[in-house]
Amino acid sequence: MRYLPLTPDDRSLMLARIGVADIDALFADVPREKLNRGLPELPLRKSELEVERILSRMAAKNTAAASVPFFVGAGAYKHHVPASVDHLIQRSEFLTSYTPYQPEITQGTLQMLFEFQTQVANLTGMEVANASMYDGSTGCAEAVLMAHRLTKRNKAVLSGGLHPHYAEVVRTISHMASDEVTTLPPDVLAREDLLNEIDETTSCVVVQSPDVFGNLRDLKPISDKCHANGALLIAVFTEAVSLGIVESSGAMDADIVVGEGQSIGNPLTFGGPYVGLFATRQKYVRQMPGRLAGQTRDAQGKRGFVLTLSTREQHIRREKATSNICTNSGLCALAFSIHMTLLGETGLRKLARVNHANAVKLADRLTGAGIEVLNKSFFNEFTIRVKGDAASIVEKLAGEGILAGVPVSRLLPGAGCDDLIIVANTEVNTDEDRAALVSALKGGK
Amino acid sequence: MLNNQGRPTTPAAANESAARPRKTFTGNSGLQQEEALLFETGRADVSGVDIDEPEVFTSRLGALERKTPLDLPGFSEPEAVRHYVRLSQKNYSIDAGLYPLGSCTMKHNPRLNEKMARLPGFGDIHPLQPQSTVQGALDLIAELERWLIELTGMQSVAMSPKAGAHGEACGMMAIKAAIEARGEGKTRNVVLVPDSAHGTNPATAALIGYSVRAIPAREDGTVSADAVRSALGPDVAAIMLTNPNTCGLFEKEIAEIAKAIHEAGAYFYCDGANFNAIMGKVRPGDLGIDAMHINLHKTFSTPHGGGGPGAGPVVLSKALSPFAPLPVFSKSGGINKINENAGEFAGSGHHPFGRMTAFHGQMGMYVRALSYMLSHGADGLKQAAEDAVLNANYVRACLADVMSLPFGNRPCMHEALFDDKWLKDTGVTTLDFAKAMIDEGYHPMTMYFPLVVHGAMLIEPTESESLASLDLFIMTLRDLAFGVKRGETDRFTQAPRLAPRQRLDETLAARQPILRWTKPEPVSEAAE
Repeated sequence: MRYLPLTPDDRSLMLARIGVADIDALFADVPREKLNRGLPELPLRKSELEVERILSRMAAKNTAAASVPFFVGAGAYKHHVPASVDHLIQRSEFLTSYTPYQPEITQGTLQMLFEFQTQVANLTGMEVANASMYDGSTGCAEAVLMAHRLTKRNKAVLSGGLHPHYAEVVRTISHMASDEVTTLPPDVLAREDLLNEIDETTSCVVVQSPDVFGNLRDLKPISDKCHANGALLIAVFTEAVSLGIVESSGAMDADIVVGEGQSIGNPLTFGGPYVGLFATRQKYVRQMPGRLAGQTRDAQGKRGFVLTLSTREQHIRREKATSNICTNSGLCALAFSIHMTLLGETGLRKLARVNHANAVKLADRLTGAGIEVLNKSFFNEFTIRVKGDAASIVEKLAGEGILAGVPVSRLLPGAGCDDLIIVANTEVNTDEDRAALVSALKGGK
Repeated sequence: MLNNQGRPTTPAAANESAARPRKTFTGNSGLQQEEALLFETGRADVSGVDIDEPEVFTSRLGALERKTPLDLPGFSEPEAVRHYVRLSQKNYSIDAGLYPLGSCTMKHNPRLNEKMARLPGFGDIHPLQPQSTVQGALDLIAELERWLIELTGMQSVAMSPKAGAHGEACGMMAIKAAIEARGEGKTRNVVLVPDSAHGTNPATAALIGYSVRAIPAREDGTVSADAVRSALGPDVAAIMLTNPNTCGLFEKEIAEIAKAIHEAGAYFYCDGANFNAIMGKVRPGDLGIDAMHINLHKTFSTPHGGGGPGAGPVVLSKALSPFAPLPVFSKSGGINKINENAGEFAGSGHHPFGRMTAFHGQMGMYVRALSYMLSHGADGLKQAAEDAVLNANYVRACLADVMSLPFGNRPCMHEALFDDKWLKDTGVTTLDFAKAMIDEGYHPMTMYFPLVVHGAMLIEPTESESLASLDLFIMTLRDLAFGVKRGETDRFTQAPRLAPRQRLDETLAARQPILRWTKPEPVSEAAE
């Protein structure tokens, strides 16, 4: 087996040195009748060529985003990632290193995380950020738990514009922890009255902007009402590129900002691995979940970085920890950080403007073709109303080689949104792509 | 996996007599190059990505156009490449050397896996595109599920958890849902956790509203069925037990413990962090386990990436399978289906307890794990487990005369646990010994974990090491051990001297946290 260096002779020699007769003597504590029962249903070893053949065949059955006009978003976005990003994250020293517990020989990862934290803090307009979460949705649930710890209350209010999967993740953990959750009904026009839900028993309000339908939300009135009642505002985003052109949640006085960072540096990969961004105020840092890299100095006085404030974490605090998290999303955070460094603020702003301009172009064309665009405001994604069942139309267009968007009924079945499609448009879409979509939808309406 | 409780966190001042590298003008030392923070060298008006301004720009952003500055410096591509290459050169990696972190399973990460994960049909597909356009991806998930079920002897698998601790949460939530379905949600609120458990176990139990009852470890490092029985009662929902355990030992009374747990109406959660030792040898399902997460990034070689991403699918017993979270993957009439909404299960007897994450989990890790499994086959996986155990025992046997073993010189599983009795009164601590390994070119072993062993040193060589590599490692540790005995204290207390940094002041970092770069105050002219 090509990954196993020991030869049969090595094994015999080692068993002799250990002083046992055979390998199973080392498994003596395993109940005899349970040992070596075999795996008759599984195949035997395969060469690299054979494995590649099997997996390539599976991959070929899928429609890759780059191969068709592609408008699917709703929480994950197709963007161009510079070639150098994927090359750099595959460097052995990044790819095959563990969590930086020995800082003297992991300064590369630690300095990168410190830079990542700074980038995320600046992007979100917050004071501090952690070294990443699994993804946006789990980060969102952790933010709610953090708000409960800070406010010593346990009632969360979720906007109806929060991505339905995110809301479900929050409700799941809240149910398990016996916390209260109120979820407002989804409203594609964002007319919900969140302010009315906030009182002195509210721990936090969770609002996404751009919301799942693409609407931009003014968070300031919500944060004001939250703060007047001793509650916290958790601002969520699923499209990090929007922050290049849309006002940051920090500037609108959010207390915790969580988001999905996939858009920058990371491929779609069918939903994961992604990278959760998590930022907050300095004064809340000791209640923040997840890892943190901090600056310090070494015995010679040189600047260096370490994992810090670990007294919040499970390996020290056990059942009193702020979270059970052990892993972060280090390599995806690295991809994010490299792509962000390549963009710089000049590039990010331009990328965001191109995304917005493309989406505006598509919205205008659709409107021109008599298809209703429902959003008053949006970044690179909006919701359209079609005549007929949106899911069937999307399926039919897929058959014609156009991936038109996400039917809202896929995320919110039974919510009376069966004629709505969420359509995303990024820098990868061309005028030809847009023409193809408009003409296909027109034909189908 | 590493614990830093009870160890010194502030370095002693550098000993002047210790050899210090000759100072250079740049601060560099040959191939070891200093690298500033990107915020110190990047520039706001530089970008490494060519993007044209849109020809026409009309805002539909409402009143929400960004006014606050971004403060994100940029690099051209050559500057960016150099920055990250220089950073990478300050990292130890499994590709560069033996990485004996006990409980972390730092094995070789085959590059075929990386190549497969990047096939456009896997890497460039969206989780919400029509299911008819991702049938191959769903074939892959179905095949990975089949492997995990066969290898563990369990009924089903919940694929979506993003990492080990997330998988623990998933398994424990399934248990809680099953208990609630029995109408015992109010009365069963205690989880038994051995003292030797990884910190995530009690943290997970607390996360979902359970209180933790500790089970003391026995003299021999394992949990006794008697101790479990005496902690059991009508208030117990589950036990969380790691097997092989964190001391590197197989829990020999596991079947008896499972029986006692089930008789008391509770469930058995097994932490599968150490599954690498037993895959293909014994199936957890045959031992009476109800739920177990599998760290694809440990056992199935997906890269650790400097601390993630991981993947933690959870295998479930027949009793817990009906409560598996969304999404649930199924196949009928040759068509794969993602069941992603609770309404789809009406009348099916399946009651998903909720959702762990947006979308469907860590597809990128699934591809890598299946690539690894197919490469090994059933025979290769069993051989890998045997080699991992053989390598750990070889290290144990070859160091037993110079270091001390807390539970006597008896066989271990895939990791060998030493304590610090042999360091007593030498002036050298476990931490010092570990740091001296760095100067010899090795990543240290896991230290001060598990907590039940004083000054613990947990060595997991994995199956990826050749005999020659193990022999050099063993000779190095023996030389260091003799160094301790000869009183060469400086070699340890001043270590590491040859790494990119000497010991770092963790106390300072925690007392005055600096968690981000901030612009230095401008130097006033008067001060110049």
